[in-house]
Amino acid sequence: MPDIDIDAPGKTLMLMGNEAIARGALEAGVGFIASYPGTPASEILPTLAGVAKRRNLYAEWSVNEMVAFMNAAAAATAGIRSMASMKQNGTNVALDFIATLVSNGLRGGAGLILVNADDPGRRNSPNEQDTRSVAKMLDIPMLEPGGFQEAKDMTRWLFELSEELDSLVMLRTVAKISHTRGNVTLGELSTREQKARFDLVPRIASWGQINPHARLHEKLNRAKEMFETSPFNRYIGPDVPDLMVISCGASFLYTMEAVRILGLKDQVGVLKLGTIWPLPEKLVEKYLQKTQQVLFIEEVHPFVEQSVMELIAGLGPSGPRPVFYGKRSGHIPSYGELTPDDAIRAIAKIVGIAYRSRDPEYAAKVQAASREEVILRPGTLCPGCPHRASYWAIHRALELDGREGFATADNGCMSAGYGPGGYFVAKIGGAMGGGAGLADGFGKLKRFGFTQPVIGGLGDSTFYHAGIPALLNAVWNQSDFTLVVYDNSATAMTGFQPHPGIGMTAMGEPGKAVPIEDICRAFGIRVEICEPFELEKTTATMLDVMRDEGHGPRVVIMRHECELQRARRESRPFEVSVDPDKCLGESCGCDRLCVRIFRCPGLKWNEQTGKSEIDEVICCGCGLCVDICPQGAIETKGAEEEVGSR
Amino acid sequence: MKKLMKDPLSLIVIGVAGQGNVVTSFLICDALVNEGYQVIFGQSYPAQQRGGPVINYIRISEDIQASPIIPEGRADVIVAMEPVEAMRMLNQYGNPDVITMVNPRPIQAIDTTGLGIKYPSVDKLMEDITALSAKTWVVLATEEARKLGNPIMANVILVGALVGSGVLPLDRKAMEPVLQERFPHALDINLKALDKGIELMKQYE
Repeated sequence: MPDIDIDAPGKTLMLMGNEAIARGALEAGVGFIASYPGTPASEILPTLAGVAKRRNLYAEWSVNEMVAFMNAAAAATAGIRSMASMKQNGTNVALDFIATLVSNGLRGGAGLILVNADDPGRRNSPNEQDTRSVAKMLDIPMLEPGGFQEAKDMTRWLFELSEELDSLVMLRTVAKISHTRGNVTLGELSTREQKARFDLVPRIASWGQINPHARLHEKLNRAKEMFETSPFNRYIGPDVPDLMVISCGASFLYTMEAVRILGLKDQVGVLKLGTIWPLPEKLVEKYLQKTQQVLFIEEVHPFVEQSVMELIAGLGPSGPRPVFYGKRSGHIPSYGELTPDDAIRAIAKIVGIAYRSRDPEYAAKVQAASREEVILRPGTLCPGCPHRASYWAIHRALELDGREGFATADNGCMSAGYGPGGYFVAKIGGAMGGGAGLADGFGKLKRFGFTQPVIGGLGDSTFYHAGIPALLNAVWNQSDFTLVVYDNSATAMTGFQPHPGIGMTAMGEPGKAVPIEDICRAFGIRVEICEPFELEKTTATMLDVMRDEGHGPRVVIMRHECELQRARRESRPFEVSVDPDKCLGESCGCDRLCVRIFRCPGLKWNEQTGKSEIDEVICCGCGLCVDICPQGAIETKGAEEEVGSR
Repeated sequence: MKKLMKDPLSLIVIGVAGQGNVVTSFLICDALVNEGYQVIFGQSYPAQQRGGPVINYIRISEDIQASPIIPEGRADVIVAMEPVEAMRMLNQYGNPDVITMVNPRPIQAIDTTGLGIKYPSVDKLMEDITALSAKTWVVLATEEARKLGNPIMANVILVGALVGSGVLPLDRKAMEPVLQERFPHALDINLKALDKGIELMKQYE
């Protein structure tokens, strides 16, 4: 693909929704963008960072989303068009400051966009959340693209809206827009001059005389007027439809597919909304008058559904009174990511036609074969992942300790700790920093008879993001636990973004690295640094630190680079193989330790020989398994240079 | 623009995380967009980096922007880098007219330890896949990629096989610039993989 800042208006590229947002920002003359990595929002910032120098813009991975948003807000008030992008959990982190900023306005500065990417179905998130409610709660305008071209065009226009209203505006996307690629026709790049200056004369008095909330309602009313004629809302269908579907976001694409497949384009109309909050009421009322039946197809919350119902309730008996279908009626699932089939089923049911996705005889045959042959594939850590080694050592240390100890975990790759990939050592965790804050809390329960040792868990990036305040709190209040920081030198889950420990910025420039151990040592606490691949030593250190109780928290840093990151630079370190003469197979007392308990995907059980072997396609050659085989049957030798894709 | 065998044409490219099927999809999509088609490339993948299936949905049309997920029972072509995954996709998206292209090299799941869950017989799998498809092409992509020096290149071999099969409006010439863009430092070996895939399809002519 050509560079995102290619100066070729009218050219069509295949862009991911997130790249389209980045391009839209470039076309609007964005000057400042800050973010923290989080799926499905992660690609927006690096897309802009990659062209930052030559486009004269500033792009930053910030330490967390609140700081990112504060940065973007400062730049906007100084006259630079700015954007902060994050996933839903990030918006939660930033919310306190966002709310305050909204209340005060942008002081007549340049446009500011909050890009929030939600993850319906929580495929890559600790929770499922519909962040559209935040726009309603804060009284800010919010738009949602129903395609890839729109993702670009909306972003571009939102800067204008923000400036027109002197208000933060929100662009909400969902994973299936942010992470799907589609055709996008480019517009012209901005030639906006970037000159920052903070105006000392506030144009908006926000202290005392007026409750700023009143002004927000005035802004929302102006936004509503503009939305009534917005090209981001459109109607596709017959003049008088039997059924009107109101939809937005990725659900709009599913709706269109459903209408096409069911062959109902002459009976079913689709009102696609792009301006979600505030609702363009006159527009919606106009279309509701055309039909007797309305179906809402949207993901997660019935946000539009409730807004429209509220509108109709307010219009009273003289307004349109259609029958409503959607989440409330049970026609659309009330949670999870939707699929085109959800849309097909709902429309077919209301219209009263039978829909079969395929020949029933075929369906019966394929289902019978699948019951026999389709195995589940539980997710796990990658072959060569240092977290596997760390979790193995912790699992062993907890067993040796024998006091029913447990670990906490945070997001990203660390969440494998709850499952077989992490030997189930993690029992509780969640939000960024939660692995430290929870352990901090558990560490104070001794007075209530609590005797279990607790191992708090954080990734390296999370340590900086939200772990530091929790650890500081633990030191201050003398909480008794071991904090493990799994330092793989990357924000690996979301695509290897740098963090404050790396000393490299988003724009590829040298920053100042702040090592985790320096921060911990400044707190005056015991800090151990382990190479997790030294399994025995790491297990012994873990056990020793766990038992070093009675004087507040201790920190163990498990330091080994993410295998995927290493493999981008170099060939595999070893050729690993199982010596079939040494592997005792079923007769060994280990009871298939390597494939049953250790469970690296690179190891497999050979049914024919009744012994273990290496899958050389999967194995990355890290050699960790060599140390776990009690027979010493797993061997390494130097590997040859790989060819091809690097 | 060459006429598509169906519009929209719905293609699934499935693999186990780490097999590189996303690259297969990228290459195909980029080439199709260059040829002027409307293309949608949607993905479904599990939270962890490895182990789970990664589904790529590719929708190709002259003018329609289709949805990022293929509706149940409506795949036209399924390209599977792994045989169990081919069956998983047939179960959800298969129909009597579906064409399957399968790399028969199995990848175990972490719990197929031979104690409880067993990986099914590959022969039986391939037999069932063939019976449930209008046409099945077996492409020994991993085996051929290993001969080229790196099993990961199975993904580009499958691109070649797709080009060779004629199900997509793409020829070798359309693939060259996209390979050049994606692999500027390893173009030759990837062109070799592409040609190997094209060659492997000759047996089905």
